[in-house]
Amino acid sequence: MNAIIVSAFFGVVMMFASWSIKGENKQKNIALVGLILLFVANLAQLNGWYVVDVDAKNMLSFTRFGLYTNALFYLLTFIYIWINGEEISKIGNHAADFYALFFFILCGASILTSFDNLLMLFIGIEILSIPLYILTGSDKKSLFSNEAAIKYFLMGSFSTGILLLGITFIYGATGSFHLMPPDPSMHYEQFMFSGGLILIFAAMNFKVSAAPFHFWTPDVYDGAPTVFTSFMATIAKSAGFIAFINIYLVQYKAFEKTWVIILPFVIVSTLLVGNVTAVFQRSVKRMLTYSSIAQAGFMLFALYGSSNFANEGILLYIVVYSLASIGIFAVLVKMKENSFEAFHGLSKTHPLLAFLTTVFLCSLAGIPITGGFFAKYYMINAVLLAGAGIWLVVVAMIFASISVYYYFKLIQAMYFIPGTPAIGELDKSYTYKLAIIAILILVLGVFPNLLFNYLYF
Amino acid sequence: MLLSFILIPFVTALFLLFIKNDKAANTIAIVSTLGTLVAALVVGGNGAVDFNAPWIPVLNAQFLLHADGLAKILVLLTAISFPAIIIATSQNQPKQKNIFLSLLLFTQCGLMGVFLSGDALLFYFFWELALIPVYFLSSIWGGEKRIAVTFKFFIYTFLGSLMMLIGIVLVYMHTSDQSFLIQSFAKANLTAGQQVTAFALFFIAFAIKMPIFPLHTWQPDAYEQSPTAVTMVMSAVMVKMGLYGILRWLLPLFPTAFIAHIHVVVILSVIGILYASFIAIRQDDLKRLIAYSSIAHIGLMNAAIFSHLQIGIQGVMVQLFSHGINVLGLWIVADIIEQQTGTRSMQQMGGLAKKQPTLAILLVGFALANIALPLTNAFVGEFLMFNSLFQYNVWLGAAAGVSIILAAIYTLNMVQKVAYGEVSSHINQMQTINKPAQIVLIVLLIIVFVTGIFPQPLFNLTADSLQQIIVK
Repeated sequence: MNAIIVSAFFGVVMMFASWSIKGENKQKNIALVGLILLFVANLAQLNGWYVVDVDAKNMLSFTRFGLYTNALFYLLTFIYIWINGEEISKIGNHAADFYALFFFILCGASILTSFDNLLMLFIGIEILSIPLYILTGSDKKSLFSNEAAIKYFLMGSFSTGILLLGITFIYGATGSFHLMPPDPSMHYEQFMFSGGLILIFAAMNFKVSAAPFHFWTPDVYDGAPTVFTSFMATIAKSAGFIAFINIYLVQYKAFEKTWVIILPFVIVSTLLVGNVTAVFQRSVKRMLTYSSIAQAGFMLFALYGSSNFANEGILLYIVVYSLASIGIFAVLVKMKENSFEAFHGLSKTHPLLAFLTTVFLCSLAGIPITGGFFAKYYMINAVLLAGAGIWLVVVAMIFASISVYYYFKLIQAMYFIPGTPAIGELDKSYTYKLAIIAILILVLGVFPNLLFNYLYF
Repeated sequence: MLLSFILIPFVTALFLLFIKNDKAANTIAIVSTLGTLVAALVVGGNGAVDFNAPWIPVLNAQFLLHADGLAKILVLLTAISFPAIIIATSQNQPKQKNIFLSLLLFTQCGLMGVFLSGDALLFYFFWELALIPVYFLSSIWGGEKRIAVTFKFFIYTFLGSLMMLIGIVLVYMHTSDQSFLIQSFAKANLTAGQQVTAFALFFIAFAIKMPIFPLHTWQPDAYEQSPTAVTMVMSAVMVKMGLYGILRWLLPLFPTAFIAHIHVVVILSVIGILYASFIAIRQDDLKRLIAYSSIAHIGLMNAAIFSHLQIGIQGVMVQLFSHGINVLGLWIVADIIEQQTGTRSMQQMGGLAKKQPTLAILLVGFALANIALPLTNAFVGEFLMFNSLFQYNVWLGAAAGVSIILAAIYTLNMVQKVAYGEVSSHINQMQTINKPAQIVLIVLLIIVFVTGIFPQPLFNLTADSLQQIIVK
């Protein structure tokens, strides 16, 4: 509750800051302070201390897992703004507006980690999505950005419609919005209930950009300003995953028969579309958008298990994938163009930056001593423990080795092909900030348990 | 003590990144690898030793290093190979030599880890760690087609590794105490079907690494295009990872599935042996010839393991070491010739014996070891391995035995073309060969003959592992 209140409050503060406080750096610092307060407020709730005691009428329930996930989201956003603050202020005229949008997104994310009612799910998703539509179109003078925003908005509204339809079905079947499996002794419309579950399943797949609902992703991620793509592909998407898990794994686990049949097809087609299409991309940004679809395929594995491996695994995956993506998008932001050619010879002119990019890419590919390895490891373990067919894991690993192809194409461009990189001006401190991300990834790659020590104690 | 095999190369590799002076970097690398060699010799004398530290408590994974005979003989091979390689190629001047050497030492660190790990997750970790520096080494410093070829090699082996990872998870789930230790893995409750699945998943990784026909296509290209120092590492030590994996993990963990697949694997190996030998005969490129010859030899070792007799496995354990030494010697000679004449085509060579008699003698020495002539080290191992294959199946043994003749054909043909005949214009360019390389070659040749005439120490070293594998 604390987090929802504080994040909404800071959203408003940032809106006022856009005209009352001059200087982009100051605004950025206020946002950072806000995030720290948000983090602290969330921690306070973890320890049973409330800012305002609100009776949510059982519409929200705060679990340790949800609150811990919140904390991770705030940390990731902190890192994101800390690194990208300068770039954010280059877009549009009012950087503080964007910070306000980030806080609203976090507010939506905080609801998504704790909803216990289908209406709250709907509200959470909308609070999360609407700022994303605005962020996509924030580069008002770029046609691509405008196109992406309108596309995203139309498609997003459509999927929200499907979500609402699903919610209505479930309400019709059980007579309640409450997220609780219906009592088998009571009479309820089974067919309608399953239909509702599947409709919500489809809408959630849209939000996490899983195939066959992924079509908006490449255009939207590609059209949006690169800094915001970074945020959308990481934190916003991860919040969708947490909501997904919250509905299906926690609440409707008993009804998994209805959707577990579809799940492998969704996973395999997501991996197929993401990985195979990424191979043929000539723009790094577009390659990364497809790679983000591919990574969603791996994250969907978490829906299989109710074991600790699934819960810990999705958290680890979210953190590691977000860190690596934030890092690599932060490098991409500094390039003058998005093609692979722009990276030629980067290792000669910027050896440290090239090395850091390599760490990020290796982590995305899941190579040991980077966190990405353990993220994939946990997913495999979760799926096998849940008793899913081993064929699924084998197929996923074949796709993982395909993913090496396009990630390493970038490494080849940086290291093995001579040329002059098309890179803009770069502060030393910027590289050092990225180095901190890389160090985090490497630490999680050797000691993944550091992330879970706080989850239960 | 065991930790030093990992720490010495690792720390030196990090340190080398900051040494800009080529000469100094070279000296540091040599001193470091010699230090590792001394440590290997010391450990080799002791019984089985362990090092244990907790690693990831949530998963119950441990940082467990374990050195028994099998591990020791490969650690010894790694420890001998690296200083030999660095000294012999010290006159090659790649750009940014410190980084080159640093990556080479990271590879050594990974290899040592592979051979010493007693924990499956740690084993997987090092398995990959050994691969990644090699990818960069070959892609940056390799030949013309280096990028595509190395990429193929990397993706091939990475796919294999991922399959092994699934296998590791599968076995881990069925261990009674949820642990990655090799002892727990050996006691895992797998049904027959699961054992076959896990066997297949592990075997793919090892088969690609060795490589076994028909998964070998990455190898000749990778050997040809890599810088010679890396080719030496790959063929002398890295291919042993696959064989080691079979002896350490596959055979003890999945005995039932292992026995069920003996025939398939032996037949594939024998096909591979003959296939590689025939191709070797047709090669004109010196490096490719050695590469195919190496595929044939590795195939033989694999066939011998899968013939599943004590005598064969004993032979393989000795041959793991001997093959490394022999092939290293051949590569060093080939490298010297290529560096000084600028060609690898055997047609353009000839008359080495007249121009460079010492080098020619050394070449003949290693060539004889390559065809496993009595008195050379390879004879001991190959004799045991063929013996085992014949006991397993006379026809397959005979088919594999043809490879001895084929090996003689291509090796002696190579010696004839390179060493004898008129002095060709290319060979005529050769200057005096560098002293360090010559010393390394002589030392290696001494090892060839000493272990050939007196192989008992090698048998003694591996006796304890042999007991364990066979008892199992």
